[in-house]
Amino acid sequence: MSTVGVALATAAVMELFPRGITHYLLGGLLIGFGTAIVYLGTGNAAGASTFLESTLSYVSKRSRFQEPRLVASRDWRVVFTLSIVAGAAVYAVVVQGGIWITEVQPWRLFAGGLLVGVGTRLGKGCTSGHGICGVGSASITSVVNVATFMVIAIGTALLVMALGVSP
Amino acid sequence: MTTDGSTGDGRSTSASDAVESAGAAEAATPVDGTDGRHPLFMPVVAVGGLLFGFGLGLSQMARPEVVLSFLQLWDLGLLFVMGGAVLVTGPVLLLAARSGRRAPLSGLRYARRLKSMDRNVLVGGAIFGVGWGLSGICPGAAYASLGIGNYPMLWGVAGMFLGAYGQGVVRSIAADRSSGGQTIAD
Repeated sequence: MSTVGVALATAAVMELFPRGITHYLLGGLLIGFGTAIVYLGTGNAAGASTFLESTLSYVSKRSRFQEPRLVASRDWRVVFTLSIVAGAAVYAVVVQGGIWITEVQPWRLFAGGLLVGVGTRLGKGCTSGHGICGVGSASITSVVNVATFMVIAIGTALLVMALGVSP
Repeated sequence: MTTDGSTGDGRSTSASDAVESAGAAEAATPVDGTDGRHPLFMPVVAVGGLLFGFGLGLSQMARPEVVLSFLQLWDLGLLFVMGGAVLVTGPVLLLAARSGRRAPLSGLRYARRLKSMDRNVLVGGAIFGVGWGLSGICPGAAYASLGIGNYPMLWGVAGMFLGAYGQGVVRSIAADRSSGGQTIAD
């Protein structure tokens, strides 16, 4: 390939990343380090969505929430989640320089959250449990789950955009 | 009716979930009991969470707009977020699991995160996909979003808790019924 060809190909690829890639990659590496530290220290693959059910075990006696694996891990999952909030707050103060507020409409956040709550618990994991720990474990189940939610999410997002829902 | 009863039901009626988490099954019986956690257990979890949350902030995943721009195929940068994270966790999980050692702060044996494959993996993944595509939020990113001051995300977190609660209630009732057990007061 000629030099011009390489330059054109590079430009075409960078079109896919209009905001650059550095902060994405650095953020991803930090997320990976955070997960790895918890895993190496405690032996637990820390997925973010189990927190929803393990925390519900504090207030509901339903058998699903009282499963031993949820009750046994609920305290450290609360600590993990509050630390995620705190870590993001540190980012907001140190790098972002203040708070940031979404313009995505509340009904989308609520309805989407509802489906995320159902789907991640039924599907045994989320973007971190399946996406980071499961895929990192070379788990076929996780790869299948991630491929499923990725394709459906892209389809949904494109459809919602086509319907003119914004923001 | 009692906590003991419901715990027993949960154990007996969720065979598929028991299989899905061999590592978690061991979690119930670490070498020296759950109380045998090392004093550094929680601090290490906290440090991990801080890095995780800072990373979610830096990667912009805490902003639904950025996630949606990825799902709308306008900016594919989020591939580097998941890719970067797996770049770290992949070797760590695989090497640790292969070592056969135990985690120093809990006594848990290192294991890969493996879940059994069944219809729920596909159905759940699809439902999650619709929710993610509609809102641009996933659990970890939603927690981090609160951290960057995005208070409307409380709607999203409330929705996630409600969804997780709803599916848990339905599955509890189905499980209790199929085990012929007593109804369990909530």
